[in-house]
Amino acid sequence: MLSAPRYWREIRYRYRLIGSRCLKCGKIYFPRRLVCAVCGSRKLEDYKLSEKGKIKTFTVIRRSPPLGYEKNVPYVVAVVELEDGVNVLSQIVDVSPEEVKIGMPVELTFRKVRENGKEGIIEYGFKFRPIFE
Amino acid sequence: MRRVAVVGVGMTKFGVLADKSLREMAFEAFKEALEDANLAPKDIESVYTAINADHFSSQVSPGASVMEYLGLNPKPNIRIEAACASSSAAIRLAWLDVASGLHDIALALGVEKMNEAGRTTAEIIQFMGTGGDITWENHYGPTFPGFYAIFAINHMHKYGTTKEQLAMVAVKNHYYGAMNPKAHFQREITLEQALKSPMISYPLQLYDCCPISDGAACAILASEDVAKKISDTPIWITGLGLGTSSVALHNREDYATIPGTVEAAKQAYKMARVEPRDVDVACVHDCFTIAEIMAYEDLGFCKKGEGGKLIEEKQTYIGGKIPVNVDGGLKAKGHPTGATGAAMTYEIVKQLRGEAGKRQVPNAEIGLTHNVGAHGTYVCVHIYRR
Ligand SMILES: [Zn+2]
Repeated sequence: MLSAPRYWREIRYRYRLIGSRCLKCGKIYFPRRLVCAVCGSRKLEDYKLSEKGKIKTFTVIRRSPPLGYEKNVPYVVAVVELEDGVNVLSQIVDVSPEEVKIGMPVELTFRKVRENGKEGIIEYGFKFRPIFE
Repeated sequence: MRRVAVVGVGMTKFGVLADKSLREMAFEAFKEALEDANLAPKDIESVYTAINADHFSSQVSPGASVMEYLGLNPKPNIRIEAACASSSAAIRLAWLDVASGLHDIALALGVEKMNEAGRTTAEIIQFMGTGGDITWENHYGPTFPGFYAIFAINHMHKYGTTKEQLAMVAVKNHYYGAMNPKAHFQREITLEQALKSPMISYPLQLYDCCPISDGAACAILASEDVAKKISDTPIWITGLGLGTSSVALHNREDYATIPGTVEAAKQAYKMARVEPRDVDVACVHDCFTIAEIMAYEDLGFCKKGEGGKLIEEKQTYIGGKIPVNVDGGLKAKGHPTGATGAAMTYEIVKQLRGEAGKRQVPNAEIGLTHNVGAHGTYVCVHIYRR
């Protein structure tokens, strides 16, 4: 498991869904990068990603979750395509797993992600929930 | 580059081999390959030992420990890691050693001991999951079966692939596993059994998943001059491809394909100067049933999206268009990760020599192995010819 310090190192970006945008070619990244993988430029700025997107693909974890996730099953893990065109992997919450569909519109929500280590340090981060009109 | 042939292959039975250590399994496979090639240990000039995980062996440099037990010190050896494609990567490097003229005879050996007293299935699956992006994705609990489930649901959505078609892959591979004395599972299953098995990660059920196995397999490669001298049945390696895909799922564009497979296949076909339709028998990476269906398509055995139809029409059985995994595949033969690629080579060599017994594909001349590391991070495609 990723140690708590390694998780916390990135919280600024995790909490607010901040990625990078290349000032030269315009490519948007999440997670953030120091060098553009497309054009090689080192001039990238922090970029606040859209908080809305749609489910590109998903699964419902029902058995054999990672250690420490036993109480969470069933839970939905999905790739969400944000309005910026960037993909992020996350969980879909506030919905019963049977209702989740590819193409479903979702929005950002801030949640507890897991408890880490013997001390049970609580890690927070982004998840997504369906947008019901 | 010189022509290179496989002159000897060996493998242990795959399964939960509680009474055998990592090194003992490796030696058993090595011994069979030496006898098969009619060679002595002193003839081996270079060795690549493929082991997926130090986590399973509880030893750094487990390949060196295997090398010592084979009795081959102080000859050249490097341990190779390419996740579940480790031993195909070892074969690639052994091929390079021989093709380049650096050595005349090289050994590629893969071994893994996944089951160990006191280690739970949950721990093993937890560890397999760390093949994903641990900084940005693993804390959402995707799991290793979950990665392939994410591909499966996307494939179903895009192409109309059904859960029945997924289960048909498992039924086929168990059918052939039942004929393979070295398989982990040597029993047939029915479609109903597969569809009634517990849901692991929707849409993948228990029978969509390969088992957690122990085992070893290896291949001895030789230059053309040597191969013609020592073997009546050299099997030539005519094409090699190595492709890669991102570790993080967020860096993929299409979730119904393995980009590394498409790339590796393109390289291998070009080098061997063959087309997908020329392949007579194939071993593809079916760690999950959806992986075999994606492999049919990504390797060009059918059009993209028609993999489900291909299994439904039984075209991947012996007698069909392209027999696939007639050794039982990872699904029934088992998947001791580091050994899997070499075990595919073992099967293809036996098939091309006409030594596959009840599972023989008639008159097989060209064979293909397709070995995927993790969820596509490494992919090796090799083409063999008799
Ligand atoms: Zn750029």
